[in-house]
Amino acid sequence: MSKVLMKGNEAIAEAAIQAGCRFFFGYPITPQNEIPAYMAKRLPQVGGCFVQAESEVAAINMVYGAAGAGARVMTSSSSPGISLKQEGISYIAGAELPCLIVNIVRGGPGLGGIQPAQSDYFQAVKGGGHGDYHLVVLAPSTIQETVDLVRKGFDIADQYRNPVMILGDGMLGQMMEPVEFKEAKPRRLPPKDWATTGWKGDRPRAVINSLFIDPQVLEDHVNRIYKKYEEIKANETLVECYNCEDAEIIVSAYGTTARIVRSVTEMAARKGIKIGLIRPITLWPFPAETLRSWAQRDHVKAFLTVEMSMGQMVEDVTLSIDGLKPSHFYGRTGGMVPRPADILAEIEKIRGVNL
Amino acid sequence: MAKVFQKPESLTDKPMHYCPGCTHGIVHRLVAETMDELNIRQDTIGIAPVGCAVFAYDYFNCDMQEAAHGRAPAVATGIKRVHPDKVVFTYQGDGDLASIGAAEIVHAANRGEKITTIFINNAIYGMTGGQMAPTTLLDQVTVTSPYGRKAETEGYPIRMSEMLAALEGAAYIERVSVHDIKHIMQAKKAIKRAFEYQIAGKGFTLVEVLSTCPTNWGMTPAESLEWVKNHMIPYYPLGVKKEAK
Amino acid sequence: MTEQIIIAGFGGQGVMSMGQLLAYAGMLEGKNVSWLPSYGPEMRGGTANCNVIITDDMVASPIVTQASAVIALNKPSLDKFENAVIPGGMLFVNSSLIDRKSMRGDIEAFYIPANEIADELGSSKVANTVVLGAYLAKAENSVSPKSIIEALKKVLGPDKQDLIPLNKEALKRGAELIQK
Repeated sequence: MSKVLMKGNEAIAEAAIQAGCRFFFGYPITPQNEIPAYMAKRLPQVGGCFVQAESEVAAINMVYGAAGAGARVMTSSSSPGISLKQEGISYIAGAELPCLIVNIVRGGPGLGGIQPAQSDYFQAVKGGGHGDYHLVVLAPSTIQETVDLVRKGFDIADQYRNPVMILGDGMLGQMMEPVEFKEAKPRRLPPKDWATTGWKGDRPRAVINSLFIDPQVLEDHVNRIYKKYEEIKANETLVECYNCEDAEIIVSAYGTTARIVRSVTEMAARKGIKIGLIRPITLWPFPAETLRSWAQRDHVKAFLTVEMSMGQMVEDVTLSIDGLKPSHFYGRTGGMVPRPADILAEIEKIRGVNL
Repeated sequence: MAKVFQKPESLTDKPMHYCPGCTHGIVHRLVAETMDELNIRQDTIGIAPVGCAVFAYDYFNCDMQEAAHGRAPAVATGIKRVHPDKVVFTYQGDGDLASIGAAEIVHAANRGEKITTIFINNAIYGMTGGQMAPTTLLDQVTVTSPYGRKAETEGYPIRMSEMLAALEGAAYIERVSVHDIKHIMQAKKAIKRAFEYQIAGKGFTLVEVLSTCPTNWGMTPAESLEWVKNHMIPYYPLGVKKEAK
Repeated sequence: MTEQIIIAGFGGQGVMSMGQLLAYAGMLEGKNVSWLPSYGPEMRGGTANCNVIITDDMVASPIVTQASAVIALNKPSLDKFENAVIPGGMLFVNSSLIDRKSMRGDIEAFYIPANEIADELGSSKVANTVVLGAYLAKAENSVSPKSIIEALKKVLGPDKQDLIPLNKEALKRGAELIQK
């Protein structure tokens, strides 16, 4: 198939439709409005259904109902809206329902701003809602990768019966790049014989539920989910390592920020500084092993994490490298985007200290 | 010998956890009888609330989903949009529906979602131990209105059926009571009618059932039935509030 | 080769669509491209801008801070982005709406009375295309006017193909102005 020039948000929506998603429930919020608009137009054309919910809370609970009914379903929002959805996300995780949640992150806290940010990392990877659970969090850095990860996200959700989040940002949502919608090899997915589709007696009665009043039963339930998480860690962790082979400093960044860091690697090379880039594609599961293995190399003297936040992923990087090498941070927040020159200056500073 | 009375097929064998004198059991049975009579058990998906009826998924013998507090109408919307040919009902109490889930019920009704809501109004939060509900009557004492509900500070008891009946999307809305046999029969008719309206695709349907909570009202079961008759019905008039042609 | 362009002006001047055309044309030429808009409340009436990158390499950061060319369609845009042009880079100024000259001595500046020319052509809407024509005539590393027309055919869709001749003419007039 040939390439088309598309906005990130619209590409997400089209990719979802091509991945078989037929149900979308959402609520307007900038900078993700192109997703629901695209779905409202396209879903009726393919026999699907779009509902503009009365609230973010209602939208995520509609997702719960539709996922429990066995459908491929998604919602999208941006930071303040994702906060509102946390109740439903926790229930979806507890009831082990597959769905795709897109967060086109904007600056916070509070109403914050509408410019791109990565300050929802903690919320996305550490919980967000109440209770013991994890989302699988995918962080694309180009529109092509976003499109590829949307399909993958639905597959992961269905395979493990777990909600998956695409963590983008306003820049990724609003920008245009050429994309190709490739035919993906379909995964072999388990049948959704647990879904509420009307009970004819040919399977156990379907009950979608996250209530386990007996603490032992609840602990067993959570333990079983965590066993599943170990499988996800083993099978689904994704990371890109660029230029690390002889790097003195490894910069870790994800999403849009990783693209900016990539520009910096070239600027640094011209100055004779060898910079590598480790770009986690899955933020949960986090590629801790990869980071640790590079930290064990002698040529690597220090790590720098760059984010559009006050420093969130850096905590996972620091944990991963476990004191083997110094861990530094540089970030901008509130919708400000780190400039290549400033990142390079930070690298030079670190180099002065560590080399 | 001919069997003259038996448990509806649409109820499971699980013993119900409801308090003595609570009318939830009666309403469960009326819904189950309706499912049996309309022969829709295999095509029905129910949604349990948060509140006393939280375990309803253990009692109704059909596919069930347990919703977050107040969100049953949103969950029902998701299910019905995926399976428009199935019968979908929510079973919700007054805290769930009229307080924390007020937005969800209003908008599900306004969209004309083809679902049936069974709304249990017993003027109090039961599960959490007798707090004031939006439907608590004036001067009624609860643990969070220990001096009686006052209009000046707590507002007035909310008449949900009348409110929802004002919405274009609502097709059938009736308030019933289950304090005596005659009214139980009427309640059954209303519930059946609501399901029939849903099946006919007419729009949103709701039956509000005035119910008891002897435990949290501090009454005997018999006294609580009298209280429904003497105190609740005067404020919450029974009858059909909306019936689309 | 990498071309990094900032296009800026009032909302409604066709800033965004101009950038999209460039990106589209670059894609048709088999290059890697990105188009990054400013977004938010400034969409209507305020100043809007977009960043376009057209390159043979991979597009790393989509943000243009060091522009090979800046196209300023109104004065606030000139004030904001004049310094983003790299030394030796190009600045295109819509002189119909901007009364000042560039203050930089290390760049090439071109002044195009875009609105006047567009009015002569009978449609004020093609002022942006006139400037685009001027840009294309000068920017050797960018896309060809032919690709722009191809892109325009695709963007306009089957119902609006009658607008192609007008836009062709606008591109030509812009180019002529520069070549004089």
